[in-house]
Amino acid sequence: MTVVQPSVKALAINPLKMSQTLGGAMAFLGLDRAMPLLHGSQGCTAFGLVLLVRHFREAIPFQTTAMNEVTTILGGLDNLEQACRNIHKRTACRVIGICTTGLIETRGEDLEGDLRLIRSRNPDLADVALIPVSTPDFAGALETGWSKAVAAMVGQLVLPAAGRRSDQINILAGSHLSPGDIEEIREMTEAFGLTPVILPDLGLSLDGHVPGRHVATTLGGTTLEAIGGMGASCHTVAIGRHMAAAAERLHERCAVPFTVLEGLVGLPAVDDFVRLLQTVSGRPAPSALRRSRSQLEDAMLDGHFFFGGTRIALAAEPDLLLSLATFCTDLGARVVSAVTSTTSASLSKVPAPSVTIGDMDDLECQARAAGAQLLITHSHGRMAAERLGIPLFRVGFPIFDRLGAAHLRTVGYRGARDLIFAIGNLLIEQAHDPVPGQWAEGIGPAMRET
Amino acid sequence: MLKAKVDDVFREPGCATNRGKTDKQRKAGCAKQLTPGAAAGGCAFDGAKIALQPITDCIHLVHGPIGCEGNSWDSRHVKSSGPQVFRTGATTDMGEFDIIGGGEKRLYRAIKEAFARFNPPAVFVYQTCVPAMIGDDIETVCRVAAEKLGKPVIPVNAPGFAGSKNLGNKLGGEALLDHVIGTREPERTTPCDINILGDYNVAGELWQVEPLLERLGIRILGRVTGDARYHDVTVAHRARVSMLVCSQALINVARKLDERYGIPFFEGSFYGATDTSAALRTMATMLMERGAPADLGQRTEALIAEQEAALADALAVYRDRFRGRRALLYTGGHKSWAVISALQDLGITVIGTSVRKSTDGDKDRARALMGEQGVLFDQLAPKEMYRMLKEGEADIMLSGGRSQFIALKARTPWLDMNQERHHAYAGYAGVLALAGEIDKALANPIWRTLRAPAPWEQAVEEGRS
Repeated sequence: MTVVQPSVKALAINPLKMSQTLGGAMAFLGLDRAMPLLHGSQGCTAFGLVLLVRHFREAIPFQTTAMNEVTTILGGLDNLEQACRNIHKRTACRVIGICTTGLIETRGEDLEGDLRLIRSRNPDLADVALIPVSTPDFAGALETGWSKAVAAMVGQLVLPAAGRRSDQINILAGSHLSPGDIEEIREMTEAFGLTPVILPDLGLSLDGHVPGRHVATTLGGTTLEAIGGMGASCHTVAIGRHMAAAAERLHERCAVPFTVLEGLVGLPAVDDFVRLLQTVSGRPAPSALRRSRSQLEDAMLDGHFFFGGTRIALAAEPDLLLSLATFCTDLGARVVSAVTSTTSASLSKVPAPSVTIGDMDDLECQARAAGAQLLITHSHGRMAAERLGIPLFRVGFPIFDRLGAAHLRTVGYRGARDLIFAIGNLLIEQAHDPVPGQWAEGIGPAMRET
Repeated sequence: MLKAKVDDVFREPGCATNRGKTDKQRKAGCAKQLTPGAAAGGCAFDGAKIALQPITDCIHLVHGPIGCEGNSWDSRHVKSSGPQVFRTGATTDMGEFDIIGGGEKRLYRAIKEAFARFNPPAVFVYQTCVPAMIGDDIETVCRVAAEKLGKPVIPVNAPGFAGSKNLGNKLGGEALLDHVIGTREPERTTPCDINILGDYNVAGELWQVEPLLERLGIRILGRVTGDARYHDVTVAHRARVSMLVCSQALINVARKLDERYGIPFFEGSFYGATDTSAALRTMATMLMERGAPADLGQRTEALIAEQEAALADALAVYRDRFRGRRALLYTGGHKSWAVISALQDLGITVIGTSVRKSTDGDKDRARALMGEQGVLFDQLAPKEMYRMLKEGEADIMLSGGRSQFIALKARTPWLDMNQERHHAYAGYAGVLALAGEIDKALANPIWRTLRAPAPWEQAVEEGRS
């Protein structure tokens, strides 16, 4: 059991964490013809939008109920109603994902009640799914909001199933998966003759394509029909512990058996997934997949020299942290600093001396103290890496100062192979040449393993 | 308190829009009512932070839950010639217990930690929606902290729900007027000291202008707030003239500096050669009226002549390439006309511009510059924008990051004209830089490649013919 310690500072310096609200809204971007709606003041939406646009380099549908001082006093019902009506009027949306901000939750709004009233007053909204999620930014983090939003989608959109489809499998995709990751998972699953329903499916909506027309909502993503039919699938795979809640809800509603995988990064983790696909499909692994596993083995053989003993400082949302820390330590590296954004059952399994719930400043201080050689976190770690004088490998969200964030693939055999090469190359670049006098003191303290 | 401030800002007599209003209209305020579900743009907190964060040696501490700072820090490319402290993301990251028990104690501890850790000359504390709702009194916390810690702690009372980004700019300016400007005296003053108000040194634009001023012996004494140290803001009350760069954002600061300290101001822009020259001329004339050396005017004219000639020479290579090119402009505020002027200097026709956040004066100027062909848009629906670009009505779009992908997905060149941009376009050097960027965008061979049909599309066409 890894010790988890909260940061003791009153001042958060260089935040790692982003809001639950943003996480919830991001999940809705993986639904087809959807509009995330942040219930709060317009700034909440503007900030989230800028961050999403910088990361994905795509137009992002994102709306606000635009609460002001007066409506904050009187209540948000009218703004919510107007927002739903306006979105419905201006876009051909089928889903509005309503994520509350701290402002709304501090007021203590009765969102469910408000929506019932809005429904009864607006029969023309009948063709739009309105999905409320409680995601105040004074609790949880990005991952928590995503988890709640997906659980809400399952709770509201999955229909009772008449029978089972032995060739259909549900994939509940966590917030730590990129569109490129989703693509890989889809291909792996289809290679076993299974039809995956991936929820949410950023791989179809935010994979960066040029659609040839302008649409004001998401274009691509899981369709309402596909979600409705998830109850008929023969199995559910939740990727990331934070997807367990949605898997359990699906199980309660439609008795779909489920498996929760901690992640899909690294050979042992991918092997677990492939075993599961073999069992569920009753088919052997296809030869292309066997080939890519063999390539990964070879990459591990070639790459382990550079990982062995390397001191890595890592900061990410809980499930991504667990995935990457496991991946690095499995290659012989040591995670000397592990920092995350919020509590999670995953943290006790992180292979590190301890996990701090804190910020980039905690990461920077710990990395300096431990003499870390590599920083792994999102783009906001760039200033810390510069001050530390060590390379930064960018993972998770947001990655705003590099191209191709949507296609950064770390899952599956091929993802792990590429990840070894990408991180390994950074380490090779950092390797120091020997200098005369380096061994002048004989066996000094610097040479002893700590 | 907040209400009184907002009312005060809404009644701003320096604002041309306001002067044209009746008492009743003024009372109603100038905030456009936002449409829920169809709104875009930042909040008052965002605006206040934009206006003040360029003070480079200070800690800018956001009192609120994580959304306000965690989702927004390290996103603006304002530059510093020295300290980088201002880039630190700092927040109280309020949790549930702070909401229940009140966040004031946490805020006080956070201020203390900020001084202990970074030793800034001052800490700015930004109020946000949630602590404002639960009644956290940041003004009192800041006053107590300043007394106990012996350094200025500036409350910035602009919670997001108070209004728009523009209102936030002004409330940020009010915080400077109330707590910062006039709190210290400069070591020396000169008859050529000016204030630059409303320039934030985005992408280093101030550095394209300041060397010109230095050549004329003009010193930027008060920086509000581009590339400022805290001290540079405190002494703004001793300048001879203020130049107001972004006409809407800090008009209240310009007017009150005039009212309280007798510093006259003028509105100007450093976008485009025409406007840069005009700004330099006005600046020189006003300074001479207030005691600057009598040859300042002559020297200014000489500098303008030299720079304009050098620029014309450097631009010659672009004129042929830009002839007949049409641009669609989608920005806001004073940029709506300032950039038109800059583009016209390059020989590019502006087919339309947005005037979303512009004053009536801005609109008149834009109208006059564009003539009858150009269109002023209050709002241009993304779908319509996409159609215009897709059908080739413009060769390039210049806009903010939000509409970037409408242009790119229509396979049309695009250039960033917003505060997130990476390139500096001010002064004469900026015109050349802008020309260079436009040329790179227009001339890139990818447009031809991308507009060519895919193999299967060609196959269909060939099959038909």
